[in-house]
Amino acid sequence: MPDIKKPIISAHQLTKQYGNNTVVNSIDFCVQQGSCCGILGPNGAGKTTTLRMLMGHVLPSKGQLSVLGWNIPEQARAMRQYAGIVPQQDNLDPDFSVTQNLSVYGQYFGLSAAEIQERIPKILAFSALEQKADARVTTLSGGMQRRLSLGRTLINDPQLIVLDEPTTGLDPQARQLIWQRLRQLKNQGLTLVLTTHYMEEAERLCDDIIIMDQGCILEQGAPRELIERHIPPNVVEVHGVDLELWHQDVAAQFELHSETIGDTRFYYGYEVAPFLQALNDNPELRYLHRPANLEDVFLKLTGRDLRDD
Amino acid sequence: MINITELLQFRWIAVWQRHFQVWLKQIGAALIGNFGEPTLVLLALGYGLGHFVGTIEGIPYLTFLASGMVCSSVMHTSSFEAQYSAFTRMNVQFTWQGMLATPLDVQDIVFGEIIWAASKSLVTVMAIFIVAAGIGAILTWKVMLALPVLFLAGVCFASMAMIMTALAKGYDFFLYYHALLLSPMMLLSGVFFPVSQMPELIQHFVWMLPLTHTIALTRPLLVENTLPDLSAIALHLGVILSYAIVCLSVALKLLRRRLYQ
Ligand SMILES: Nc1ncnc2c1ncn2[C@@H]1O[C@H](COP(=O)(O)OP(=O)(O)O)[C@@H](O)[C@H]1O
Ligand SMILES: [Mg+2]
Repeated sequence: MPDIKKPIISAHQLTKQYGNNTVVNSIDFCVQQGSCCGILGPNGAGKTTTLRMLMGHVLPSKGQLSVLGWNIPEQARAMRQYAGIVPQQDNLDPDFSVTQNLSVYGQYFGLSAAEIQERIPKILAFSALEQKADARVTTLSGGMQRRLSLGRTLINDPQLIVLDEPTTGLDPQARQLIWQRLRQLKNQGLTLVLTTHYMEEAERLCDDIIIMDQGCILEQGAPRELIERHIPPNVVEVHGVDLELWHQDVAAQFELHSETIGDTRFYYGYEVAPFLQALNDNPELRYLHRPANLEDVFLKLTGRDLRDD
Repeated sequence: MINITELLQFRWIAVWQRHFQVWLKQIGAALIGNFGEPTLVLLALGYGLGHFVGTIEGIPYLTFLASGMVCSSVMHTSSFEAQYSAFTRMNVQFTWQGMLATPLDVQDIVFGEIIWAASKSLVTVMAIFIVAAGIGAILTWKVMLALPVLFLAGVCFASMAMIMTALAKGYDFFLYYHALLLSPMMLLSGVFFPVSQMPELIQHFVWMLPLTHTIALTRPLLVENTLPDLSAIALHLGVILSYAIVCLSVALKLLRRRLYQ
């Protein structure tokens, strides 16, 4: 059995190369028991590859990796008995109903019929799918399918769940429900590792954040820590007529760090009250004053340019 | 390579069970297909041709044809299952991906698929036997001995087919396999007429194919008072088994590479 004091996941110089292309570049990280770790990064950063290495589905080119005390990839098969995976793309079984999906999945884990039958009602309740127990999965909405994918991972009573973009493509209500369920699992002591594009949610749920870009880890730490390390606590977003003129004539004297994205200028500072006063004096400009957040850190570290490969 | 230790954990049975459960859901349609086709072919060809042919190598033509047909159905059923159906589960429905998230490994999945394909072809076999017995083409209970032989043949053909699945980008790829391998085997391996009727060169080639050996083993089992001689049994089984083991190993190697990048 895994040693409790050891981290649930520890990766050392973990690397994956496809030909000459280094997709994951010598990354080091640990995930502690009962914590939630969020991996953030632009498209192509290597998030999915990293998760797939954790599960033994991609063979690392270099480095050491242990998950739940098992050496990966050598012992991945044994490790997966105690883990759950929610993939980026749902792979529910279209030939079966909701309940059958759960029971067939339980069979893959070698569980007895009694164990499976005992867990199914709990999972249906957890996934809020009691009304759909006998519906074919192809008739479920996207949000319901995601909930079933998440619920399905509980069939083997896992210690660790790995989720690749669990909320991408869902409408806000469906997303909220997923995040709520993830919090519930975390409160029950499960360890979670997930990737996401939704910073504000990651900030709320994750104890640790890993920011990746081009296969490297740029930063890691608790969300609050990361924000304090990189961004002053106050952010003022300003837009309006003759913004640049005003910036040169008025704003420059406050000596705030700032940058422009599109038609908006972002000002970062510790003390912004006088600056806000100056803004109030100019009716042509509209502004939003808010605390610094993870998105600011993410954009600062990975750059503002759009990536959609 | 084949990992015997992991096979003996019998986790692959869960894969077989899954396919069986899906099959049960559409059992009606499946059985109509299984019984309908052989009935038609046996009646049309057996009575139609049989009228002119009479007997071949001392066997009534209806029996000759039934024994050939049962072997070629095994070949077609298990190839189809290990190609079109397995490819759908691998690349379209991502059922395999779901399985790989559990303690199942590529070998469990592939072996489960192959045993399932062989099982499904055995259902076809039984349907043909029942029809054939009904029209008097099967003359002995000894035919039951053909079941294990045909199951092994199903494993063999499914393993061969699985290599194509491992290499396939889409369904069209399987058409080559059917046109270039399965159809020639069906025509040359002694399903409709004896291999000995063909030019010697072709006979040499045909005896390298597993369908020929399957038919050679199965045909005498449908007829009273005949048995293949013992050394021939060993040779035929050896060929079928070798094809199965070599092709399974190759398919596993290719699929591990494909799925575990
Ligand atoms: N099997 C593969 N062969 C070659 N390159 C791959 C393969 N899988 C992923 N990549 C490349 O690795 C990079 C990282 O991909 P991925 O881990 O999916 O990123 P993310 O999930 O962060 O968007 C991408 O540039 C992708 O093209
Ligand atoms: Mg990804």
